[in-house]
Order: sequence, then structure tokens, then C-alpha cells
Amino acid sequence: MRKIQLYTGLALIALVIAAGLVSLVWTPFDPIRVTADRLLDPGWPHLLGTDAMGIDIISRLLIGARYCLIVGIISVSLAAIAGVPMGVLAGLSGARSGWVDEVVMRVNDVVYAFPALLLAMLLAAVAGASTVTAMVAIGVATIPAFARVARAATLEVAASDFVLAARAAGTTKWSIAVRHVFPNIAPVVGVQASVGFAMAILAEAALSYLGLGTPRGTPTWGGMLRDAQDVWYTQPVQALWPGLAIALAVLGFNLLGDGLRDVLDPRLREVR
Amino acid sequence: MSLLEVSGLTVRFGRRQVVAIDDVSFTLGEQERLGIIGESGSGKTVTALALMGLLPENAAVTGSVRVRGQETLGLGEAEYAKLRGDTLSMVFQEPMTALDPTMRVGRQVAEVLLLHARNTSGNSRQRVIEMLRRVGLADAERIADSYPHQLSGGQRQRVCVAMALINSPDLVICDEPTTALDVTVQARVLKVLDEMLDAEHTACLFISHDLAVVSQVCSHVLVMLDGRIVESGPIHRIFATPSHPYTKGLVATAQLDKVAPGSPLPTVADFYTRAGATR
Repeated sequence: MRKIQLYTGLALIALVIAAGLVSLVWTPFDPIRVTADRLLDPGWPHLLGTDAMGIDIISRLLIGARYCLIVGIISVSLAAIAGVPMGVLAGLSGARSGWVDEVVMRVNDVVYAFPALLLAMLLAAVAGASTVTAMVAIGVATIPAFARVARAATLEVAASDFVLAARAAGTTKWSIAVRHVFPNIAPVVGVQASVGFAMAILAEAALSYLGLGTPRGTPTWGGMLRDAQDVWYTQPVQALWPGLAIALAVLGFNLLGDGLRDVLDPRLREVR
Repeated sequence: MSLLEVSGLTVRFGRRQVVAIDDVSFTLGEQERLGIIGESGSGKTVTALALMGLLPENAAVTGSVRVRGQETLGLGEAEYAKLRGDTLSMVFQEPMTALDPTMRVGRQVAEVLLLHARNTSGNSRQRVIEMLRRVGLADAERIADSYPHQLSGGQRQRVCVAMALINSPDLVICDEPTTALDVTVQARVLKVLDEMLDAEHTACLFISHDLAVVSQVCSHVLVMLDGRIVESGPIHRIFATPSHPYTKGLVATAQLDKVAPGSPLPTVADFYTRAGATR
């Protein structure tokens, strides 16, 4: 029963991935070409209807899944690749070079305190609003979360007997980081990545909605939500579909995160 | 020149400079085996970690430790790392936590070998399997491919012994290596350790709180109490004519089979009472 969260999460994510993959080769209708069949209600042949431009909503949702996954993968990877080594470095610096810990973590505090939205606006102002600026903004804003989680886990691993034993065998500090610390903190970082993925999807939708992310015209879920706002009073159902898609994807990654934590928790590992 | 010369070794901890071990001196020759015996908190483990240079950073170490004439106190981390695992190695008390849970056992042993490898030819796996077999792990191939949680405590401690001895070090420090094991497994691990030390011509510093265990491995023994050495000498002499009251207590409790039937069992406190103790 403990794994039900994990499997529900995986199923939802599989659905999003499948949608993204399908969109690469096939969509029911052209997802970009404007037609005269505007604001159709759900029915046949447009199962979820069409939007204000007369474009099939399912087709746009499928393409949107692709963007949502790309944004999640890139921004989480960016945050993890920058944040995890920082956290490990801070965690391993020890008492004698404690200033490294202080400097790294205080810089992270500053980034953490800086609103992600402001960062995205700055980047959009400098480089223009695009999917890439949104991904970079989300990635940079979530670096501190990874650094903190990695540091805490590293401190725990560094105090363990097997690290002392590795040092007694002549392993140097940096080899210990690579061979012993990284594998042992991987479960914690994996959980953080999964939760961060959900956050990235939400953030990208918000940025696209505000016009700071993927430009208008490209089918993203956040962008669809923004387009639906124009017809909110006459066609409220238009906002339902992208909103539902975002909610399900975020739920999927959050459930995966919780499920992974239950499965990988080292305190439960021995019991299994 | 002795293998290990320790003189005036003193370790203080923290800002208040709490003394953990005080003016400890001893020497250890090639292939000699010395036991250090004492109760919890007497400074046995601190002595071992000081020799390995593994004390936490808030420890202030003074005195002198010479390994084959080379002073090791104050050595840089990189130079010390070369000594560890090659000239000096260590077996820890708790085999359940001394192995990395995410790494296959064979690879962990191989790492120690490769860290100090003089020839980097690709037969490390064979060396590892052979070593695991020599410490009495019959199913060495399978053990090498196992993760630590798949092995029993005794198996893990054998793996630790293999790790400590694979580079034929000059000195192995064993910090209560059998305390976490049950009595039958303890006897077997001690036997393996004894044979391996002989075969590799390795000296041993054997730390224990159990005089009976030390007497199975060592010829000489130091008795530590509250961070100081209170008595030292050949083990048969200690057994025959203990001079310090604390040692007398230890010897009496290690020879319970000599207690006359019907009389109460001896305790250390019958022989030695600390200043300020309640009894």
C-alpha cells in the first residue's frame, strides 16, 4: 500500500510523457493553423472543442505536454547540476575551512531571497521572453533548494563510519565526495528533483501566462490558460483543459516525490 | 628502529581543552602485537584515531608519533592519505556501518588496492577474490558482488579485515573489531586475523575492553585508565603479577573460571575505586 503514491505518480507522468511523444509524430489537427471553426464546444471531430483561433484544443494540449517536460527536465537539471556540488562542497568543507560553507550557503540565501518572478522579468527584459529564459530563470531560482538539501544530506554522510573507514584506507576528500557522498545522497536529491519538477511546471505555466516565458502562438499550457482568459465569461470551459493538464502533471510529480521518499528513506531501507 | 614510536602523545578536545589522552608513550616493533585495554572513555579509540590522523578538527594533538622514523603528527592530509591504507590501516568496531551501503563489497576492497597500487594491471578483481577467500569467505565471488546489507556481521567484519590487509600494511590498528559480534563469530574472526597477521608479517595494535580477547592475539599489553597508561608488559606477566589495582580487577574478571564455586563473582570495583566513586 505504501507504494500506491509512487505508482499513481508514475502513471500520471507516463501519461504526460506519452502525450509529449505522440505530439512529435501526430496530432489530430494542425496545432498552429488558424481556422474559422472558432470556440467550438467539445464534440466531434474536435473532442475538447477549439479555441478562440479555431485551433483544436487536444492538439495544443499534446504539444504543450512536450514543452512542459522540456522545461521541467532542463530547469531541474540546471538547478541540480549547479546546486548539488555546491551543497556537497559546503557540507564537506569542515570546521577548518568553514568559511567555504559560509560563503556558499550565504550566496544561496541571497538567491533564495530573490523572487523568482523578478528574476524571470529581469532575464526577459535582457534576453527577450522565450522558453529558454523561462527555463534559466526557474533553474537559477531553484538552485538554493538543491544546495540546501545536498548540504544537509552530505553532513549526515560525512559523519558516518564508512567515510571514516574510507579515509583510514587512504581515500582523499574529493574521491570520498565522488565515490561515497554522491551515491549516498542521490535518493534525497532524487526526491528534491521530483518535487522541483512539479514546481518548474507550475512556474513555467505562470511565466507563460504572464507573457514572460514561451511566446504567444507556441502551444504551452500556461499560454493556453492566458488565451482562455479572454473568453472567460462566455466560454469558461476553455480554461478547464489546460488547467487540468497542469494540475495532473504537477500532482504526478509531487506523488512521485512523496512515493520515492517513502521507498528510498534509509531508515526504512533496512526494514524492507 | 622500531616500526612505531609514540612519545608524550596528548590529545585535547575543544575550546575547553578537555584532555582525552595524557602523555601516552609506547613503542611497537616490526610484526609485534600490542594490545591496548581499558574501559569506555579511557582513550583507546582516541589513541587509535590519533595514530591514523583521523581525529576531528577540534582536537589538539601534541607529542610525537613516528612511523619507521618518520614524524606523522603535522603531516598534510595528502601525505597522510598515502600512509593510510598502505603503511597503516585500520579495522573498525562496527562492521554494520563501516562499509558504504551503496557500493558492492568487492569494489570497496578493490578501491583500497587501487588507491595504493604500484602496478595498475587489470587483475584487481582476482586479487580481491583471493583476499576474500583468505579471510575465510568461502563464497568469495558472490560476496564480492553483494551489497553490505546482504551480508552478516561476521562476513562484513571479514571483508573489513580483507580491506585492511590487502596492501600488506606494516601496522593494522584494530579498534574493538569483535565487540559487535557474537562469541562464536568473534572466535572465528580472531583466528582469521591471527593467521592473516602472521602471513602478511604485519604488526598489530589491538584495542579491546576484553583482556581475554586481547590475550588470544597479542603478546604485550598496555592498560589504559582515564587517558593514561597505568601498566604495561608481556601479557603472561600481567596475568601472573598485575601491579596496578585496576589491572588486578581486570585480571580477576577475565578469569571467572578460577572463582571458587559459591563465592561471589569479582568485579573491577572490588579492586579499584576511583576517587569520588559512590561505591
